[in-house]
Amino acid sequence: MKATNTTIRVCMGTGGIAAGGVEVLDAFRKELELAGIKADVKKNCSMHKVGCRGLCAKDVLVDVIIGDKKTTYQFIKSDMVPRIVKEHVVEKNPVREWMVGEDYLAFHEKQFKVVLSDCGSIDPEDISAYIGVKGYEAAKKVMTSMKPGDVIETIKASGLRGRGGAGFPTGAKWEIAGKQDSKQKYLICNADEGDPGAFMDRSVIEGNPHAVIEGMIIGAYAIGADKGYVYIRAEYPLAVERLRKALSDARENGFLGKEILGTKFNFDIKVKLGAGAFVCGEETALIASIEGQRGMPRAKPPFPVYNGLWGKPTVINNVETLANIPYIIRNGDRWFASFGTEKSRGTKVFALTGKIKNSGLIEVPMGISLKEIVYEIGGGIEGDRALKAVQTGGPSGGCIPAAMVDMSVDYESLIKAGSFVGSGGMVVLDETDCMVNIAKFFLEFTQAESCGKCVPCRIGTKRLLEILTRITKGAGKEGDLELLEKLSKDVKAASLCGLGQGAPNPILSTIKYFRHEYEAHLEGRCPSAVCKELLTYYVLEQFCKGCGACLRACPAGAITGEKKKPHFIDSGICIKCGACFDVCKFKAVKKE
Amino acid sequence: MVKLTIDNKTIEVPEGTTVLDAARMLNIEIPTLCHHPKLTPFGGCRLCIVEVKGVPRPLTSCTTPVSEGMEITTSTPALEDLRRTVLELILSDHPNDCMICEKAGDCTLQELAYFYGIRENRFGGERRIYAKKDGNPFIERDMEKCILCGRCVKVCDEIQGVEAIDFTYRGFKSKICPTFERDLDCEFCGQCVAVCPTGALTGKTWNLRGRQKDIKEIDTTCSYCGTGCNLTLHVRGNEIIRVTSKEDKWNEGWLCVKGRFGYTFVNSPDRLKKPMIRIAPKLSADSYQLTANLFKEVSWDEALDYVASKLKEIKGKHGPDSIAGLSSAKCTNEENYLFQKFMRTGIGTNNVDHCARL
Repeated sequence: MKATNTTIRVCMGTGGIAAGGVEVLDAFRKELELAGIKADVKKNCSMHKVGCRGLCAKDVLVDVIIGDKKTTYQFIKSDMVPRIVKEHVVEKNPVREWMVGEDYLAFHEKQFKVVLSDCGSIDPEDISAYIGVKGYEAAKKVMTSMKPGDVIETIKASGLRGRGGAGFPTGAKWEIAGKQDSKQKYLICNADEGDPGAFMDRSVIEGNPHAVIEGMIIGAYAIGADKGYVYIRAEYPLAVERLRKALSDARENGFLGKEILGTKFNFDIKVKLGAGAFVCGEETALIASIEGQRGMPRAKPPFPVYNGLWGKPTVINNVETLANIPYIIRNGDRWFASFGTEKSRGTKVFALTGKIKNSGLIEVPMGISLKEIVYEIGGGIEGDRALKAVQTGGPSGGCIPAAMVDMSVDYESLIKAGSFVGSGGMVVLDETDCMVNIAKFFLEFTQAESCGKCVPCRIGTKRLLEILTRITKGAGKEGDLELLEKLSKDVKAASLCGLGQGAPNPILSTIKYFRHEYEAHLEGRCPSAVCKELLTYYVLEQFCKGCGACLRACPAGAITGEKKKPHFIDSGICIKCGACFDVCKFKAVKKE
Repeated sequence: MVKLTIDNKTIEVPEGTTVLDAARMLNIEIPTLCHHPKLTPFGGCRLCIVEVKGVPRPLTSCTTPVSEGMEITTSTPALEDLRRTVLELILSDHPNDCMICEKAGDCTLQELAYFYGIRENRFGGERRIYAKKDGNPFIERDMEKCILCGRCVKVCDEIQGVEAIDFTYRGFKSKICPTFERDLDCEFCGQCVAVCPTGALTGKTWNLRGRQKDIKEIDTTCSYCGTGCNLTLHVRGNEIIRVTSKEDKWNEGWLCVKGRFGYTFVNSPDRLKKPMIRIAPKLSADSYQLTANLFKEVSWDEALDYVASKLKEIKGKHGPDSIAGLSSAKCTNEENYLFQKFMRTGIGTNNVDHCARL
């Protein structure tokens, strides 16, 4: 039995590895050898590890490509591999019940991939795979046939804006840096992604590190920098490993170092590991951290393009921004500007998470509606419950209510709605989520991550968190809501950096759209039945069969009752752990 | 030169001047806590915020450089409201124990609370509690009173070049401390004490000796070395209770550990005020005790005659090179010059040295 032109691709992003990708890859190797396909392994049958392909909820994802026919399997475990090899690879009968369904296709149909176009199909650890998809051609074109000013004009014309959150036009930033009269300039790639639930930058570096490197080479050429840094979190070991490999391969192939590709342009990149402080994603704190100082922001102006790393003009671009660059140079500014809206061009990568069926990494053209993202790409809400809100922009963002789900997703619209594109986190919330609790969650995060430098952020977020905490505990006082709003506005206005200025956004947006939930808490009720202190558990006698499951599950001994007779929960003893609610098969336990 | 207007007053200042400095040149008062004229701007306390025409959000005047045609407003109801919130936030995390605080009457935070009339505070809540006391001999560090203005960190780094302390931890738990929260082990120059705007850093020797009331400030020159730093002695009754240094003198207010903390000898009962001559022979090292009955109090003439006769005797018996002289950094240049002259011509030896070589 001989297979012809067979390729097997196993998802090896962090999601894939966590779901058992390494074991699956090993199993394929073993099974193919056993099946006697060994002899032709190199020529006809190859296995690739590939980066993230988006739909992490269905990992491990495996592509089996025979000839030009591609079949994708989902939820693959190593013990399923023998059957795939036997039936599909050897006997040419794909295993239908393990194949991806319509939702997988729908997940990809509405997306448009630029940054992620090669993620998930090429081996990120092999530079020739990237070169094989026209990689480094843009860098070659720029260095051999374009002047730095032409590159800047192209990026300006494309309308690319910073993908790290603030949306500053990338071309304009490069232009200012290019004009600075300084022998030494720096280009920094900000890969200090720290928003809860966000993994865009990690996935791009894990899936296609060379695109980021190529973007940096082009940026450095445009502004006249000869040193670059990638500031990346140490908590991203796989991304760091692949980035380091990619850098050394790029150096070996002459894309980095002295006199690149025979030109007079010198550029090299260092990797600087961040120690996990969220605030180091703020550009002046990031610079301080590279310089060996404590990661604390400083006041702007002066902006880093004038006075940055070691006092020299410095451009800081986000991973996704840089990964867009090679594609823009290769395909032209008009091509890029043809996607998106008037002011927000191109595509944006989002990490779609929360109460959504298809959670994962998505790339969509700017201006797509929130509804399309949630219901078509995301496949709707888990358990078909009702959508309540979508939280975007991480801890500095806000919540967009379900009523506004038709809105366009772009920089301007989101800011108008009281939120923020941010780095691209998108957390879907449903009717079982308490908005006060969500605001509290984000404040816990920002409070713990405040650098402590300025008063409104250090103490202000603490006081905001304390007020929110007492509201969720039913200890809210009269005037708390007004105080919360007032202090939120003051913290926003008076804080030094984006962390403090953005920290009150989750509160302000939830008060704006879900004020009734705050008021209910002040009256002692949590409408979504989330806040433990405000809940009472009781048994609906008409549904209770007296099975005793709740009685056995209760760790506090709060439930009494005879067999086959309605049980009773003593609210004085009840610790509100919810065990009875979870165990009851007859929906006889109610919480409110 | 850059021309700008602040509160409708026009001023021309050199490029690179901050808005705060320009305002102060116009005698416009802007409240600050973290700013110190000798240190690089910090921008942490947010009290010096001003409105700049055309900029949507308030900017800190201490960090913002002037630019041509800038129009600044330093006080509006919105700005004062934000300043008030910031002060209330600081006070909500501050032990309001001015009654027993060493710094009362000389505390910038207390002063601002007074001017903003903050009696009630909208923001109650958790306050940082630090039980551990620093065991160093000179500087009392009460970190509960610390407002994290960062002045101490900057002075230690930028002026003294020691970097003994820095910010640690994050969020509400942020704290300024030495490495690994060990006890302070530095030069103890006390520059940090001099710049602290609250009672967080004080001298251990100051404790319960009196605050600003009934203090007589006496300017003098430090006698510890030939540098000649200006000192201001804070005298209560007839006792020095604290030493500071004025910023407008040539040493710019900076002192060393000796000048700042080495003043307790003045009132020490062990201090020698008159010359004494040993009357009893020196005992063996372990039984040696400096007690009054070993010495006899004498007049200066008597003491000097005694020294002269002894020196002559030794010189006559063993030659001039059997004698050596060690001079002191506490003497002036002129005194040291005379001392070496005396050793070379009077005694006739080159055996002369100076403690500053150690």
